[in-house]
Amino acid sequence: MAPAQRIKLFTLSTCSHCNKTKKFFRENGIDMEFVDVDLLTGSERERVMDEVRKLNPDCSFPTICIDEHNILVGFNEEKLKKALNIA
Amino acid sequence: MTAEALYEILSKYAESQGIRLNRDRDFVMDILRGLLTNEKRYGYRSCPCRLAAAAGEKEKDKDIICPCVYRDPDIKEYGSCFCGLYVSVEWNEGKIEHRQVPERRPKEKRVM
Repeated sequence: MAPAQRIKLFTLSTCSHCNKTKKFFRENGIDMEFVDVDLLTGSERERVMDEVRKLNPDCSFPTICIDEHNILVGFNEEKLKKALNIA
Repeated sequence: MTAEALYEILSKYAESQGIRLNRDRDFVMDILRGLLTNEKRYGYRSCPCRLAAAAGEKEKDKDIICPCVYRDPDIKEYGSCFCGLYVSVEWNEGKIEHRQVPERRPKEKRVM
């Protein structure tokens, strides 16, 4: 069995595309961690935005990081399934 | 205001503009809840799909107060606004492809 992929989502708590993305992972039983950037303030928000900027220079949401190198931007179910090897 | 009340208002507003709200009502309600959250948080209905200025500075967010200034060019080009709240009649009828709408807001205006 292949080792689990490490998935991190950068999201906005108010964003419906972000909510769809979180729901996709939950419904497919895939572990992930997410951070709602709009709920952060001050230096914590700056630190996380630095991270987002490196992964996705457009700084748009959701930014999905799979195994630290595979970056998807926005919610696209087909692309997500492909990246996660889901039939 | 409740999201349901906002739905009724914006639905009529969209029709008056010759466009529509996305036919996916659950998706729209989620957007409207985000809009109302932002209204409480910042004092204005900034786009729920974009990061507003840290301190809720209205002047910096002026272009992304819903309906954002990018809505009309996005609907013209893609049939849908960035969030997928406002769409064209053709988009709702499935006559044009439903694509992911790229961010049109200039980089210098975004919270980076």
